[in-house]
Amino acid sequence: MVRQHSEPYLWLLFSAGGVLSAMLMPSLLLLFGIAFPLGWVRPPTHERMLAVLANPLTRLVFLGLCVLSLVHWAHRFRHTLHDGLRLAHPMITALCYGAAVAGSALAAYLLWQVA
Amino acid sequence: MSPGQVQPEYRQRVLPPRVSTLWWLGKGTYFAFILRELSCVFVAWFVAYLLLLVRAVSQGDASYQEFLAWSATTPILLLNLVSFLFLIFHTVTFFDAAPRAMVMKVGRNRVPGRVVLAGHYAGWAAASAIVCWLLLGA
Repeated sequence: MVRQHSEPYLWLLFSAGGVLSAMLMPSLLLLFGIAFPLGWVRPPTHERMLAVLANPLTRLVFLGLCVLSLVHWAHRFRHTLHDGLRLAHPMITALCYGAAVAGSALAAYLLWQVA
Repeated sequence: MSPGQVQPEYRQRVLPPRVSTLWWLGKGTYFAFILRELSCVFVAWFVAYLLLLVRAVSQGDASYQEFLAWSATTPILLLNLVSFLFLIFHTVTFFDAAPRAMVMKVGRNRVPGRVVLAGHYAGWAAASAIVCWLLLGA
């Protein structure tokens, strides 16, 4: 397990990721995951998507959403394995937070590529 | 009693009770708790989905159209429908916990929990409206 004193900081990031994903993800998933594929709404053109993603503010919010949501997943998943399945091992902790860090780095790289 | 033996009542007091791995199937509220915790898996899936979208957009119009066609395939559509339900569950349960987790004060008075809750729902509505305006607006 992570040493006890890091827990409040991890909880803070977990909480921030929980709030940000709760605010932004349902509408994004409804549009990109359901409404556009089912043809309920016409998807934005490539030019519009490029313009939205090239905006520095959008990219910053998008990066924050990805990073904090991944930390949220890592923290909650680690505790779910611990509390739900009684699985607690330093390797699980390392894999969860390691995957969140790797995913965050990938998000930063992909957003950098859009410009 | 020999020195190696332990009295049953002493053993019960010292050893923690054994808990089944499937303890969360024992009660509806426990099951709801585990479902709420597992909603984080769908949060992670949607991050991956968004990153695939960003990659497709950065690679050009053809890749973007391919992504849109892939998103309409039955397995991905079903996965996203389930993910949407879990994300709504995540949102409602996270907001529901906010009034207990956040102690907000105006002067010396604590802001009532229902006001904190209403603020979260208002923020959700505003964020959703901004997303729709950015993607669908004129």
